[in-house]
Amino acid sequence: MTTLLALLWRDLRRAWGSGALWLPVLFFLLVATAFPFAVGPDAPLLRRAGGGMVWVAALLAALLPIDRLVRPDRDAGVLDQLAVRGIADEVIAAVKILAHGIAFGLPLMIALFPAAALLAQDAARVEVLATGIAIAIPALASLAVLSAALTAGLKGGSAIGGLLVLPLAVPLLIFGAGMLDPSGRGAVKLLGATSLLLTMIGPFAAGGALRGLRE
Amino acid sequence: MSELLRLDKVACIRGDRLLFEDLSLALAPGEALWLRGPNGTGKSSLIRLAAGLLRAAAGTVERRGRCALIDEALALDAELPLRRALDFWARVDTVDGHAVDRAMAAMALAPLSDVPVAMLSTGQRKRAAMVRVIASGAPIWLLDEPANGMDDAAQGRLVAAIAAHRANGGAVLLASHFALAVPDLAELDMGALA
Repeated sequence: MTTLLALLWRDLRRAWGSGALWLPVLFFLLVATAFPFAVGPDAPLLRRAGGGMVWVAALLAALLPIDRLVRPDRDAGVLDQLAVRGIADEVIAAVKILAHGIAFGLPLMIALFPAAALLAQDAARVEVLATGIAIAIPALASLAVLSAALTAGLKGGSAIGGLLVLPLAVPLLIFGAGMLDPSGRGAVKLLGATSLLLTMIGPFAAGGALRGLRE
Repeated sequence: MSELLRLDKVACIRGDRLLFEDLSLALAPGEALWLRGPNGTGKSSLIRLAAGLLRAAAGTVERRGRCALIDEALALDAELPLRRALDFWARVDTVDGHAVDRAMAAMALAPLSDVPVAMLSTGQRKRAAMVRVIASGAPIWLLDEPANGMDDAAQGRLVAAIAAHRANGGAVLLASHFALAVPDLAELDMGALA
């Protein structure tokens, strides 16, 4: 338990070190600010399209730090040292998913409110967005760690990383944005099921990828 | 099995090259073995096999007890002061701060506690890696070129640490391309196996 807390704390410290805590927030607000300029100041259009834009930005914010999730630990020998201590790769992956979920999820939830305001979302839609993104954060973290582990051994891997997880992230986008549709009553349950599935797969798939890095 | 570490008829293939095969060794408590030989003969690969980081192409590797490893990677967070970087591994190994204190004293690193890891010299880094090994309390030490970049005084401290570890019933597998003044040291010439 001490061991796992030490790992979690280290990942959080490294994620938030040097002010990187605000990176997803800034990114999010950047998208929310740029979108009305690109689409034009048509409030009804912004209201309709803005919710989906928030979801796309959330996905990209999750993938923003994938270079930093696994590769530095591999290059520094930290993963080898943990493996020598008999700590299962799945456990290391699970801790990394939890740490990433906290490290980017918390600032993301805060940034959601100003971003939604910039995109002309009313209170009811903000509530739906916040619920949906909170449900999806574990799955987004899981996908980010998975792609980080899969690409840690490749040169220039982070560019491929985004492409790798995109197909897996599509259901999250469909059901998450679907919650905003007045007719999409079942979407929240489907989003929950998808998020649960991806979160469960993550530690095992990423753990396998970590094991592969040693060969 | 009374040995802490036993490799039985192991073979190692890296890429498509056979590094060694049919290699057996065993380390009982208090024993130490020097893997010697020129670069590229498989010293590091054998250490990684013993650590369980590589799978043997043939044969079996048995360990009884925990391992502590030094390899070319330092595995200390470069942005942290040395002491805090070492404390992370002490928490992972669930040993208390006194073990780190004693190990830092043994490698004469106590005055550098507050220096960021990134500022350490090559020899100081190797001493820091040695502190982690000593503090871990693991019975099996796997040391891959632990003395690279160390000056004579630091090498003396390394040899003393190895002696103390063996006196406590530990075992040491040491890969080095040059000789260290470790008394009562068995040798395995990797160059002669190829």
